[in-house]
Amino acid sequence: MAQVTIENVSKTYSGDMRAVNSVSIDIADGEFIVLVGPSGCGKSTLLRMVAGLESITEGAIRIGERVVNDIEPAARDIAMVFQNYALYPHMSVRQNLAYGLKNRGTPKPEIEKRVADAAAILEIGSYLDRKPRQLSGGQRQRVAMGRAIVREPAAFLFDEPLSNLDAKLRVQMRGEIKQLQKRLGTTALYVTHDQLEAMTMADRIVVLNGGRIEQIGTPLEVYRKPQSAFVASFIGSPAMNLIPAHGENGNLRVGEHVVAMSNGHAVPDSQVTFGVRAEDIRLRGEGEDADMEMTIDYVEELGAGRLVHGRIGEARLAVSLPSGEPLSDRLHLVLDRDRLHIFDRSTGLRVRPETATAG
Amino acid sequence: MHKTKFFDHVILLAGVFLMMAPVVVAFMTSTHDAVAVHLHGLQVTWGGHFTDTYGEVLTKKGGFTGEVTGARMVMNSFILGIGFATGKVILSMMAAYAIVYFRFRMGVVFFWMIFTTLLLPLEVRILPSYEVMTKLGLVNTYTGLIVPLLASATGTFFFRQFFKSVPDELLEAARIDGAGPFKFFFDILVPLSKTMIAAIFIIMFVYGWNQYLWPMLMTNEEGFYTLVRGIKQILLVWVGSQIPDYNQAFALAILAMLPPVLIVVIFQSWFIKGLTESDK
Repeated sequence: MAQVTIENVSKTYSGDMRAVNSVSIDIADGEFIVLVGPSGCGKSTLLRMVAGLESITEGAIRIGERVVNDIEPAARDIAMVFQNYALYPHMSVRQNLAYGLKNRGTPKPEIEKRVADAAAILEIGSYLDRKPRQLSGGQRQRVAMGRAIVREPAAFLFDEPLSNLDAKLRVQMRGEIKQLQKRLGTTALYVTHDQLEAMTMADRIVVLNGGRIEQIGTPLEVYRKPQSAFVASFIGSPAMNLIPAHGENGNLRVGEHVVAMSNGHAVPDSQVTFGVRAEDIRLRGEGEDADMEMTIDYVEELGAGRLVHGRIGEARLAVSLPSGEPLSDRLHLVLDRDRLHIFDRSTGLRVRPETATAG
Repeated sequence: MHKTKFFDHVILLAGVFLMMAPVVVAFMTSTHDAVAVHLHGLQVTWGGHFTDTYGEVLTKKGGFTGEVTGARMVMNSFILGIGFATGKVILSMMAAYAIVYFRFRMGVVFFWMIFTTLLLPLEVRILPSYEVMTKLGLVNTYTGLIVPLLASATGTFFFRQFFKSVPDELLEAARIDGAGPFKFFFDILVPLSKTMIAAIFIIMFVYGWNQYLWPMLMTNEEGFYTLVRGIKQILLVWVGSQIPDYNQAFALAILAMLPPVLIVVIFQSWFIKGLTESDK
């Protein structure tokens, strides 16, 4: 158990390809950190650098107090769970769990005890003598977890461990991994491209894009106060509506509509992107002025509610509304002023409001 | 539908007949005595001298010097076949391991160099190889028989393709589990390649067993004769009015055929597995 510190770490492949660009993360002891981003954002590379499977071009990685840049993976006191599990196909489950310990010269009784403990925790005791190919995907996943647990490492590294499972099992394993990590209190670094996994599992999320950190924060911070248009579009389902607009006397002009902003939320007079989540838009009430009018394209019924997709001028918009009420072709919409996000159009960075109310 | 099936079978049976008939004739002829063979030619019926002929072939000291028995030749053939196959498997596995898992300078160049040796079979380099072996004083030794033939582009290529299909994560998992290059090779790669090793071993065993030209060059002492060479020798040694031992020649031919056939038949399932599926 240890903290993991990533300091200005960069990875350059031959030919100036920067996969990871000056990334710094401080991971507290026992914290569950999820690295999330689209494919090619450098999240796996970063994880593999922590594991020691990729060299570090610049910067330093510390596990505990020790800089591990030049230390072999086996000596870093980490355990990794791979996307395809990477179980040794010719070894039984028991041998798979024991292999790492055996290589370290752990005494036999100790190995047996640890394997038995891990098997009990993961409920894989009944198939310890089977080969991986005789196991289902979920069972293999557990064995892969077991192989990490028996090592009692300072940190767990997960490389998209749930991507090969079907949707139902994924939800179940998501919960189990989270619980297990809390119970063992081991620091964990988890890579995924699935923002839902990131939201549900993480203590803190690190959103990566193009090898850079876009934002680090708790799931709610990242969801409620995205620091860039990229984070806003990546986190949350449905994705946040992002609509080009510009400031006009502190108000927001979107095509022919002007959204009046109160003083606290004044928008700078420049080209901006404004973002609003589907659930922060509602229908105009009795005698209320609408902020904008939307033409409906199609409606997705979700059971608990419905997602209405339409457009305002050229821009597309999704609105989350309660089910049941009949809809007219044009909707008169009111935006929740406290939940509007304004991003600079050219840099994509958040400009207003700086302190979105998190409640 | 039935017609096609019938026709298919006719073709297959014809094929089987073509392949098997000479073998059957050779076997039947070998059970007659030499006189009968000399008088009546090839036989297709049981001659009743099976034990006599085969017993004599295996134990009678024959050859020019009268020192080599059939059993000795069988042993030599096995030494050549097994040594050849084992050596080739080990060498090509190690070469493939180096090429696939170690990024050394010009690795690709070396691989292609090995690969192009496919264009240079033994027959092309037979003189220089012989020269080297003579200089090393390895004529008439098992070492000289086996070692120059061990490098195998085919084997290296097969293992390379197989190792490439082993997922990288397995190597990474092993590295995290504290396995170095040797451990990874012996604990993970070798067990994974089991069927592949078996397949290559079988092919190479048969290849080694059937070597004719190289043993003939490298050994002139009859104590090193292999079965394949012995067959010819039997027919050569008749002197004066003696009738050549046709039956014994056929018996030797049958003996020479047997082990490769048995190995392929017994290990058939492994062989097919090794070449068609990978156990990952």
